Amino acid sequence: MLNLRLPLRKSAASALMMFVLVGASALADDPAARGETPEAQKGYDISARADRTDNGFGDSRVDARMVLTNRAGQQTAREFSFQTLEKEDESVGDKSLVIFDSPRDVEGTALLSHAKILDPDDQWLYLPALKRVKRISSKNKSGAFVGSEFAFEDFTISELNKFTYSYVGEEDHDGMVTDVVDRFPRYENSGYTKQKSWVDQDIYQVRKVEFYDRKGALLKTLMLSDYRDYDGVWRAHSLKMVNAQNGKETELVYEEFSFNNGLDANDFEQGVLSRLR
Amino acid sequence: MRISLIAGAFSAAALAPTIGAAGEWDIGGEVAGEFRYFPNDPLYPGQLEHFQPSISFQPDIRWESEDRKHQFVVIPYAKIDSQDDERTHVDLREGFYRFNADGGWSLTLGAAKVFWGRTESRHLVDIINQTDAVEDVDDEDKLGQPMANLTLINDWGAVDLYVVSGFRTRTYPGVDGRPRFELPVDTDEEIINRDWGRGAIDVAARYSHYIGNWDFGVSIFHGTSREPRFSPIANSTVIRPVYDKITQGGIDLQYTKDAWLWKLEAIVREGHGDTFAAVVGGFEYTLYQIFDSNADLGLLVEYQYDGRDLNFVQEPFGPALAAPVTFADNDVFAGARLGLNDPQDTSLLAGATVDTNDAFTGVFIEAQRRIGQNWTTEFEARLFLNADEDSTAFDIRDDDFITLRIARYF
Repeated sequence: MLNLRLPLRKSAASALMMFVLVGASALADDPAARGETPEAQKGYDISARADRTDNGFGDSRVDARMVLTNRAGQQTAREFSFQTLEKEDESVGDKSLVIFDSPRDVEGTALLSHAKILDPDDQWLYLPALKRVKRISSKNKSGAFVGSEFAFEDFTISELNKFTYSYVGEEDHDGMVTDVVDRFPRYENSGYTKQKSWVDQDIYQVRKVEFYDRKGALLKTLMLSDYRDYDGVWRAHSLKMVNAQNGKETELVYEEFSFNNGLDANDFEQGVLSRLR
Repeated sequence: MRISLIAGAFSAAALAPTIGAAGEWDIGGEVAGEFRYFPNDPLYPGQLEHFQPSISFQPDIRWESEDRKHQFVVIPYAKIDSQDDERTHVDLREGFYRFNADGGWSLTLGAAKVFWGRTESRHLVDIINQTDAVEDVDDEDKLGQPMANLTLINDWGAVDLYVVSGFRTRTYPGVDGRPRFELPVDTDEEIINRDWGRGAIDVAARYSHYIGNWDFGVSIFHGTSREPRFSPIANSTVIRPVYDKITQGGIDLQYTKDAWLWKLEAIVREGHGDTFAAVVGGFEYTLYQIFDSNADLGLLVEYQYDGRDLNFVQEPFGPALAAPVTFADNDVFAGARLGLNDPQDTSLLAGATVDTNDAFTGVFIEAQRRIGQNWTTEFEARLFLNADEDSTAFDIRDDDFITLRIARYF
C-alpha cells in the first residue's frame, strides 16, 4: 500500500486514483474490529467507508482556532497548527504534531504523537521556555485537551480499528439521511463506554457524535460541519463539542488544509521538537 | 562582547528578508514585574532588607522563510532590579540563524539555548548554557551561548554536534543581594583556566533516541566548566570564582509506562579534583482526573548523589576548593505537581529536598495561572530549613523568600 501510494503523493491529479486505492484497503479489514454479527459488520463497513474517504492525503498542515465557552458564556481562545503524517496502513496510527501559537505565554509549546491502534500512543511534549523535550504518559486518554471539552482520545476518533461497531438504523439529521452507528472503544483507558455516530449517505462523512461516559450517561455531543472536498479527501472545518453535563462548549475551527507538503517521518521524530521555532 | 552579539544578531535579522522573498515575521515579547519579599532580617552587611522589586523585558523577534528552511530568532533580555546592581543585567537569550535542510539535518549559528536531560530536581547532564543565577536559585534560567550546532535527525535517532566559544561566566547576586553566602562571589575577580580564556573552544556531542517505552541520551562535553570553583582571597571580603577545563560524559534515561515515568541522569566528570560521578534518579507518578475533575496530580521522588571532592587544594592564585560547591551530594527530593487543566492553565508545584547528611531542607512552592489572554501571574516561595552550622546552606538560613510575578505577553 505504501509503495503504491508514495509516488502518487506528488500529483494532485491522482486524487481519484488514491480514492480507488484506499477503497482497496478494505482488504486490510481487522476481523476483531469488524466483528461477526450482521449489525457489527454493517456498522464497521459504514465507518470504514467514512474513514477511508478521509485518507490518501499523505501529509497535511492546517491552522486552527479553538474557542472555549464556559457556562457563564465567557470565552477564551487558543490557536495552533496541526501537522499530520498519514499512517502507512490501518494497523498503525497517524503521526501528528500540534504547535501552539496562542495564548502567547504558551506559544511554541508542541505535542508530538505517534498514534497506535490498541497500544498506548507515544507522546512527547516540548516546553519552549526550557527547551525541554519530555516524553509524557499517554494513559490520560480521557483527559481534557488544553482545558477544552475535547479529550485527547477525541482526536483519534477516525482510527477505524480502535473500535468495534453496531449498526443502529437510518435517521434524518439536518436534512440528510444518515446511518446511525454505535461504536465501542477497544483501547484501554477510554473515558467512554459508547459513541453514537451519524454518517450521511451522500458523501459518507460523520456529522454528529454522542459520547457516553463510563456510567453510560450522555457526556457530550460533537457536531461536525462545513465539510470541504480536497480532491476526494474530505475535511470538516467546524467541530463543536457541547458538554451535556457541565454546560461548557468548545468550538474548533480549521482554516484551509494543505495536503502533500512533502513531510516525511523525520519531520515527526522527537529530535525536531527543539528546532520548530 | 554582549553588545556585539546583539548587534550581530540584529544585522542578521535585517538580512532575513533578502534570503527568501516571502516569509513570516513574528514579533512578540514579555514584560514582567516581580516583587520579592524576605521576611527575615539580613545576616550580612550591605544586604537588602526585605523588599526587592524588579522589572524585566524580553522582546521576541522571529522570521521564518516560507519554505521553513531559514529561521532567524532574536530574543534580548533586560532586567532592572531596584536593590541589587548585579541583578540589573542584559543578555542575548537567543540570537541565531538556523538552516533546516531537506533530509533531516539543520545547522544553528549564533547564541542559542540547549537543554539535555530528564529529571526534575536536578539538571545534571545539561551543560551547554550558563546559569543566570541572579534570576533564581533553581538553575533553570540560562544565558544565551554562542555556538555552532549541527543536528542530524534519522530514524535511528538524533545526533547533535556542538562547537562552542564565547564562554559566559555565571551571574551572582552582589553585596546587596539575597540569598547569598556570607562573602559575596565577586565576578570581577574571576579566573578562567583556559589558554584563550572566554575565547577557548568547547566541543560537545549528544545522541538521543527512543525504543519502545525507553527514551535515552548519551552526551559528552569537553570545555570550560559552567560551574565555578570558589577560592577565598586573603584579606578580602569576596570569593573568587574559578572556571576550569573539564571533560564530562553523561547519560539520561526515561522509562514511560502507564502513569509512571522513571527517570535517571548520571555524569562522570574529569577536571575538578579526583574524577567523580554524580547521579539523580527517581519517578513521577500521575493520578489523572482526580476527584472526577480535569485536574491531574503528579507525585515525584528523586534521589541525588554527588561524589565530588570538596577539600581545599593549593593553586597558584591561592587556596581553592577542589570542585564546585553542590547542595545535592546525598539528598532526597519529594514533590507534587497539580495541574487543573482549566482554560487558565492553573498549576502548582511544591516539593522539598532533604540532605540526608545534615538534614538541611530546601522547600519550594510554585503556582501559576493565566489571567485573560495575555497576562500570567506566578507565586513562588522558597524556604531554607535546618541549615545548621555544618551545612553548605548555613549562610542562607535566614534568606527564605516569596516572589510574586506578573507578566504581560505581546
